[in-house]
Amino acid sequence: MTKTLTIDGVTIPFEDGQTIIQAATAAGIYIPHLCHNPEFTPHGSCKLCTVKVNGRNCSACTFPAMDGQAVINNAKDLNADRQKITQMLFVEGNHFCPSCEKTGNCQLQAVAYHLNMLDDHFPLFYPHRELDASHEEILIDHNRCIFCTLCVRASHEQDGKDVFAISGRGINKHLIVNSETGLLKDTDMSASDKAAHICPTGAILIKHTAYQVPIGKRIYDHQQIDQVTLNSESEHDK
Amino acid sequence: MYEHLETAENQENLKRVVVEPVSRVEGHGKVTLLLDQDNKVKQARLHIVEFRGFERFIQGRPYWELPVLVQRLCGICPVSHHLAAAKAIDQLVGIDPANLPVAADKLRRLLHFGQVLQSHALHFFHLSSPDLLFGFESDISKRSIIAVIDAYPDLAVQGVMLRKYGQEVIRMVSGKRVHGTGAIPGGMNKSLDKAERDYLLKDIEQIISWSAASVDLIKNVHCSNLPYYDDFATIKTNYLGLTKPDGALELYHGGIRAKNAKGETIIDHVDYCKYNDYIHEEVRSWSYMKFPYLLSEGKENGWYRVGPLARVNNCDYIDTPLAETARVEFKAHGNSAMVHSTLAFHWARLIELLHCAESIKTLLNDSDIMSNDLVARGEKRYEGVGVIEAPRGTLFHHYQVDENDIVTKANLIVSTTSNNMAMNESVRQVAAEYLSGQELTEPLLNNLEVAIRAYDPCLSCATHAMGKMPLQLELINADGQLIDKLVKGSDGHINRVASA
Repeated sequence: MTKTLTIDGVTIPFEDGQTIIQAATAAGIYIPHLCHNPEFTPHGSCKLCTVKVNGRNCSACTFPAMDGQAVINNAKDLNADRQKITQMLFVEGNHFCPSCEKTGNCQLQAVAYHLNMLDDHFPLFYPHRELDASHEEILIDHNRCIFCTLCVRASHEQDGKDVFAISGRGINKHLIVNSETGLLKDTDMSASDKAAHICPTGAILIKHTAYQVPIGKRIYDHQQIDQVTLNSESEHDK
Repeated sequence: MYEHLETAENQENLKRVVVEPVSRVEGHGKVTLLLDQDNKVKQARLHIVEFRGFERFIQGRPYWELPVLVQRLCGICPVSHHLAAAKAIDQLVGIDPANLPVAADKLRRLLHFGQVLQSHALHFFHLSSPDLLFGFESDISKRSIIAVIDAYPDLAVQGVMLRKYGQEVIRMVSGKRVHGTGAIPGGMNKSLDKAERDYLLKDIEQIISWSAASVDLIKNVHCSNLPYYDDFATIKTNYLGLTKPDGALELYHGGIRAKNAKGETIIDHVDYCKYNDYIHEEVRSWSYMKFPYLLSEGKENGWYRVGPLARVNNCDYIDTPLAETARVEFKAHGNSAMVHSTLAFHWARLIELLHCAESIKTLLNDSDIMSNDLVARGEKRYEGVGVIEAPRGTLFHHYQVDENDIVTKANLIVSTTSNNMAMNESVRQVAAEYLSGQELTEPLLNNLEVAIRAYDPCLSCATHAMGKMPLQLELINADGQLIDKLVKGSDGHINRVASA
């Protein structure tokens, strides 16, 4: 017999081994997330996918689906928390969407729109962060890093290179590069690596490609992130 | 001239009158007058009170961000900054204007004509027409676009629709009416499809007709009130702008031409990449805006005017028929000599509006704008200069990058900056000739704003003296008396100028 759980009262099936977010995606239900990507081991760090399972908060990207679970996803209090988390991501870095080349293709920006984030709410930190433009083909703009570790996981799991890691704790957390100089040019990373194309913000970019996609043809110009994500991730999960 | 009114002696005994903010201009500025006991003007200055500093904070960014980042300087003429930066970064990827794909060149020109059309329409109809239609000293309730809508509804609608059309041209080419994308290093990111082209073509005859009517309107306004219109705020100056190789009016790309007040050529067909050999900038302690001047003429006499009046004065002809006919009439008004009337800026501006409308029609009928051959690349370079004729005049963008594509140095000479000295001189002329010795009233003070407004200044664009930022701190008591004043000069040194 098919095992089921409910999300916001809707009964959906799942298979053993699936997480809540995988079961939800398969059933066409979007749970906001940034650090989750079905191609890589779940990390559970951004906390945007926090849902209530039988009354307790947990990350939908790491929590296994179980028979009879009552999951709350699209609730006012959860969405308010998600909006605050997103606002904190914005103020802790330097995210200037108007001139950012990732605008229109940026998951952070798209999720902020989806959560109806209309301002930063919190005071901006304006941290001093550097660019690493040393690599001929790839640019790292640390101003926009949200420490989702997708580049870390992509480099390790798919590229087999371990170019990236996260160092430091709390507010001192930062992305580091695996080379003696600390510069990307001294790693074996190439523009064809998965890690060069996985960043959900504009922190890791392919040089010399900015703004080539005109307004109107960018990923989120005509579709919100829930539709885009469900289309791409449900395709992957198949 | 009126340079003696720039700085008064014995300022503590003078009355201070401030017009703040200067209204119906882009950005924030103020005018200060110092008057003696008989209301004689002893000092008149236009101050730019906002500060932007783009030249500094684009350092450290990758060069391909420049056209999109720098256009945020302005909400009225972002396309000009977008394209000036694009022309500069074309050079960083090894592309000179002659090597830019034909389609990209024509699409950029179309974008720019749309921009100049909408900006000129905005300035004339929304900002200046209340002064010109109701009189400079009319009641304050009359001095807005709302009053124009009440009294001249057809004209007001034409103004709104002209601006809208220019914005739609911009939207079709760059994706958004304000702050789109479009220009990328070595080309453009899209061409027009047939639907977009046809959408713009369907209204172009009406736009040309309204533009031509606006030229007739300003000509009649100007000529019906001679010699007042020829004399008000009028100063005899040098003029600078781009022209085509054959001397025709040019807004997108050409060589620098400068003429003196007699119409004699100072420089001609100068490669704008060498602008630094011809133009320098001076910093003064009382304004955030720099004062550019032609090196060969010196600081005192080398300042010049840019913008529509300069361009129409400087060019030998205009390559669209209706605008050329209008230019010939305009020049005939000045007996074929240079037209120095500051209020003739409006007339020249609307001749350019008509030229833009005609040029848009020509480009829309050119199949190259639908070509997909849009980008070219060459050998990397480390320095690029882009110059364009923005609505308000010649706009210079100059960048240097390092081996990692990061901007290390930037210099912007914005159109309004070039008109800085001229605007101050016009303010001083009006103060001396029309206000001095009179009891000042609000309508009378509007004359100062009318003089400034003729230049269509964009004060936000023009303030970039970062690192050389001169500051002035004044302590004034409850009676309006100056108690203390500290001045930080362009060398960073702070001096106490006056204390009680």
